[in-house]
Amino acid sequence: MCEFKTFDTAWCPGCGNFGILKALKRALTELGKKPHEVVISSGIGQAAKTPHYISVNGFNGLHGRAVPAGAAIKIANKDLTVIVESGEGDTYGEGGNHFIHNVRRNVDIAHFVHNNQIYGLTKGQASPTTAKGQKTGIQTMGVLHEQFNPLAVAITMGATFVARSFSGNEEHLVSMMKAAIEHKGYALLDIMQPCITYNKVNTFKWYKDRVKPIDESYSPTDKFEAYKLAHQWGDDGIPIGILYKKEEPTYIDKIEFLKQGEPLVDRKLDPKNAEKYMADFR
Amino acid sequence: MDYNILIGGSAGQGVDTVGTFVEKALKRMGYYVFSNKDYMSRIRGGHNFTLVRFSDNPLCAHKDDVDVIIALNEETVRVHREKLTPNGKVVCDVAFGKEDDKNLNLPLKEAAKNAGNPKVMGSAAVGATLKLFGIQTAKLEEFLNEVYDGEILAANLKAVEEGYKMVDTIFQTTPPPGEDKHILINGNEAVALGTVAAGCTFYSAYPMTPATGIMSYLAKLQEDANIVVEQAEDEIAAIIMALGASYGGVRAMTGSSGGGFALMVEAMGFAGIGEIPLVVAEVQRPGPATGLPTRTEQADLKFIINCSQGEFPLMVIAIRDVQDAFYQTTRAFNLAEKYQMPVVIVSDQYLADYYQTVEPFDFSKVTIDRQLAGEEAINSDGVYRRYSLTENGISPRIIPGKIENQLVFVDSDEHDEEGHITESAQVRVEMVNKRMKKLEELKKELQEPVKVGEEKGKTLLVAWGSTYGPLKEATERLVSEGISVTSLIFGDIWPLPEKEFIELAKTAEKIVNIEGNATGQLKDIIRQQTGVNCVQSILKYDGRAFSSQELYNRIKGEVL
Repeated sequence: MCEFKTFDTAWCPGCGNFGILKALKRALTELGKKPHEVVISSGIGQAAKTPHYISVNGFNGLHGRAVPAGAAIKIANKDLTVIVESGEGDTYGEGGNHFIHNVRRNVDIAHFVHNNQIYGLTKGQASPTTAKGQKTGIQTMGVLHEQFNPLAVAITMGATFVARSFSGNEEHLVSMMKAAIEHKGYALLDIMQPCITYNKVNTFKWYKDRVKPIDESYSPTDKFEAYKLAHQWGDDGIPIGILYKKEEPTYIDKIEFLKQGEPLVDRKLDPKNAEKYMADFR
Repeated sequence: MDYNILIGGSAGQGVDTVGTFVEKALKRMGYYVFSNKDYMSRIRGGHNFTLVRFSDNPLCAHKDDVDVIIALNEETVRVHREKLTPNGKVVCDVAFGKEDDKNLNLPLKEAAKNAGNPKVMGSAAVGATLKLFGIQTAKLEEFLNEVYDGEILAANLKAVEEGYKMVDTIFQTTPPPGEDKHILINGNEAVALGTVAAGCTFYSAYPMTPATGIMSYLAKLQEDANIVVEQAEDEIAAIIMALGASYGGVRAMTGSSGGGFALMVEAMGFAGIGEIPLVVAEVQRPGPATGLPTRTEQADLKFIINCSQGEFPLMVIAIRDVQDAFYQTTRAFNLAEKYQMPVVIVSDQYLADYYQTVEPFDFSKVTIDRQLAGEEAINSDGVYRRYSLTENGISPRIIPGKIENQLVFVDSDEHDEEGHITESAQVRVEMVNKRMKKLEELKKELQEPVKVGEEKGKTLLVAWGSTYGPLKEATERLVSEGISVTSLIFGDIWPLPEKEFIELAKTAEKIVNIEGNATGQLKDIIRQQTGVNCVQSILKYDGRAFSSQELYNRIKGEVL
């Protein structure tokens, strides 16, 4: 069994990120992944520091841009297990366009969004998922905008795997991470997580009192039912589990020369192979 | 012998198609061809034209004077008449109706109707035009046979034949210099061909004129050449995907025009600090903002060399013509991987879209030198460090997943040798020094500018990129008249190769910069890097490229 080492972190004591990191290590270990076979692509923010705290390959890039990078890494080398670690600001705010279009792209990557409903690293401004009306130092009149619903958006866009979990429920989170990693295609896992410093509303207790695993009888195959579940929130309870799942050809499946044969990275290169294209210019 | 044919009409009338027929027929006869396009940013209507110049001698620029105008509409006659040479003729349909000594009012529409398809009027015009020059239609027929079949082929062939019968030969032509051994290719296609030759297997871009041609040609090859061509959701995703693919271990590239490149600049800095090899094509159009989408300019140079915040090593290569486009693209991939930095190849709409007959590219001259490390990259403690400090600043690079138990970590934050975030003052300085040292190393292998004209002329002209062709022709004409002039045209432009310029500047009586922009950007860079001032500028920023005649006139009138 491989070992995913422990590092010093820049996270606040008690941060929900610790639970997520621990679950991630467990998920990778239980799946029998070796560190050098795994890449974590991340952007900027506290969640995006995750690859620094676990011994796997890392691509710690720019704010909001972890998903297109992760997708391209997978296209370049389909043998790698590619995970995107990101916050909700990184993914749904700065990277919103990439979020939408990578759902459509359906590259086989697992996308873990640490969603604490606040901008922590920049000291407490509203994030796309902060509740409407919640006051912050910037949103002095309370958040005026509608709360972003990532699961509903992903389901609507045709995502092939849409799930939610909670950093305070390790067993559940590990199982969701494993399912997302093993899913063939783009897998969104939105992870509820408290920000103990800046979000005084959505505390550990707030989530704890509200999250409830989706009933075992639920079959995540009906888009309409999934869409309804995605809208359950707050005092009505927050369902955690796999909301929607379907089998669809991935990006690589759809391109014959990528699907067949060795990963792109291992192809033999020879300039002479391109010489024939000069016939186009005769 | 040096003739010029203009094909004009509104967008959607077939200007492009007729242009292709003319240039392919002439090229396959064995003539040298140079054609360029002037088109508006609209899908239908407006006024577009193509200039097809041909000669028994190699051509490297377009010409303004026109011998024959193929007018697909009346407007073409009105707009371009004054460009006709004294013996020039207009090939147009009788419907235009104006009787004069220039207009050949021919029954082109009728010929097309008789041929069975009113859309083949252009082919009748091409037939007539070839006859005006006394050029056989066999090669045109050969080409038509390759691209069409069935009824549409028959209609085109018939129209050509009808058109050919309509006129008499009036222009003297010399026979072509030999059998056709050349290729006819434009700048974008040459970049794309270089991309494939260099072993690039991942190209991501967002469509933007005039850079799109690179993506279009690569897309045509994608399945056969096994190259992924991904149309990204925006330019930011395009460059980030290319960076991801490059990190993943393949050769990757993106391309855009100024406005799209503007969106990519944060990622350019990431490529710099992350030391991720990347090739970017920046095909300039006039800016700022949306500017003139389908026109040409050389005004992004300073922006490109200063792209992104902070300081990092970057190489910029301005391509000069279609040959250069191919070979410099292949070179850019090798340099990007050797120095683990972004390399920008700079082109512009003129070069992107002009077609030139050139020697077929020599693929045996192309090397793929990936400079990847193996097990030797692992340090004595058994750990690979992506950013290990080395003498020349270049750290051994391995591909993630390829060496058991070794990890590859790249970071946009300042980082230590393993790639992890640091705020250490000492490490920051070490890492900045490491990255900038690569530039010093690169300077040792820069290519000096191309020199045209006298060895050491009294007048030194400096230019860059696509101004090469027109300036070469103008310079040669001046020298043939006994005028002492030397032209230096920069290709490698950042870092700036200084040796040749400084050497010539010592003896030159006058140094003049010639650029397609309003402020003289090369002049500023030269002064900044060498302390030498260009005393005079010849600038053009009307959205059109210099022609050689225009440069010749302006150099004579303004400089000499």
